[in-house]
Amino acid sequence: MPLTREQMARRVAQELKDGSYVNLGIGIPTLVANCVPDNMDVMFQSENGLLGVGPYPTEEEVDADMINAGKATVTAIAGSSIVSSADSFAMIRGGHIDLTVLGAFQVDVMGNIASYMIPGKKVKGMGGAMDLVAGANNIFVTMTHASASGQSKLLAECTLPLTGVGCIKKIVTDLAYLEIQDKKFILRERAADTSIDEIIALTEGELIVPEVVKVMDV
Amino acid sequence: MAGFDKVVPSLNEAMAGIENGMTIIAGGFGLCGIPENLIAEIQRVGTHSLTVVSNNCGVDDFGLGLLLKNQQIKKIIASYVGENRTFEQQMIAGTIDVELTPQGTLAEKMRAGGAGIPAFFTATGYGTAVGEGKEIREYNGKNYILEEAITGDFAIVKAWKGDRYGNLVYRHTAQNFNPMAATAGRITVAEVEEIVEPGELDPTQIHTPGIYVDRLIQGNAEKRIEQRLTRTA
Repeated sequence: MPLTREQMARRVAQELKDGSYVNLGIGIPTLVANCVPDNMDVMFQSENGLLGVGPYPTEEEVDADMINAGKATVTAIAGSSIVSSADSFAMIRGGHIDLTVLGAFQVDVMGNIASYMIPGKKVKGMGGAMDLVAGANNIFVTMTHASASGQSKLLAECTLPLTGVGCIKKIVTDLAYLEIQDKKFILRERAADTSIDEIIALTEGELIVPEVVKVMDV
Repeated sequence: MAGFDKVVPSLNEAMAGIENGMTIIAGGFGLCGIPENLIAEIQRVGTHSLTVVSNNCGVDDFGLGLLLKNQQIKKIIASYVGENRTFEQQMIAGTIDVELTPQGTLAEKMRAGGAGIPAFFTATGYGTAVGEGKEIREYNGKNYILEEAITGDFAIVKAWKGDRYGNLVYRHTAQNFNPMAATAGRITVAEVEEIVEPGELDPTQIHTPGIYVDRLIQGNAEKRIEQRLTRTA
């Protein structure tokens, strides 16, 4: 059984540290906000200029002037600050964000990431993703291990337009937690009920399987 | 006093001087903090072959999407077009020229344009399609690409309050690109929800000083919400 989106978010959340500033991308990364341990304070940054993202508003609190980077209505927590896009990206590009979590179409053994465009098919734009991968020191990619048609997303070389080069070191998929070192994927943890052979079969780029591979605790 | 009074009486006068082929920089993120009345005025006037610089391009029937639908835009410089089908169709069909620009780079290009900085080096986009053909320089072992500043014939922004001198205050996340956009227009037009007298805004709280603003107009904003998500209390 592959991990659910919530379980993938929970695995990423194990990396959260008390007092850290975190930027979450759209999709599975957004779910990480629901997994912050009770004894921990984490401040979420939304790149449209909100540092200290709160929960969705109640019907009465809805305010068109208060949205997140996914363009959805949000609230701000006590102690938050709101800045311009230039200031918001100074936080990102200046390396001030402690943890960045984002989705991807493909990642390769060089740490390259493709996440913003499928030529001739899907035109979305990179939004803030290129800034985030270029500026962050600690990045987690969350994505399914393979596409719906069974194509590996963990490649020897990305085939889609790149979002960034040599910037990804940690990946949580629905099957495994992997790190990238010396142009190889290293299998660090596997999902319960997922065999190592299954992971090997769905990983196109070179994969190192250490003697001990932990079962993910999610 | 009149020398600094930026208030204009009509949308027509607010956008006077706009011509075909001009570059328009617009503030806003999604539909949040967009100068919706100034955009509607450009639609009404029908100016075409415009280059539009904005983070997004509205939705199919609101904001800059109106100009897209009306085929008034020749080129757009934006970071994200995900929610706009007209945009996606025109881009794939090749009827519109699109320069996808990373969001932080876009903000910095406007900021630099307004601050008289012609270009800057950034790591964002190095090794990607964005960096193709751009000068590369290495600092402390990391590669950076040279990005050029952007200025516009017009900048159109949306603020919450503005005084007659053009000092502006933005509300919540409707600030976004507006402060940078305001600095980068040869003519900057601000649409505000409320016009107040000079002295009513606290000087320490002003986001955009009036020096950047040429024209000010009060506009009734619909403030459409793109994604209304709520929780039960």
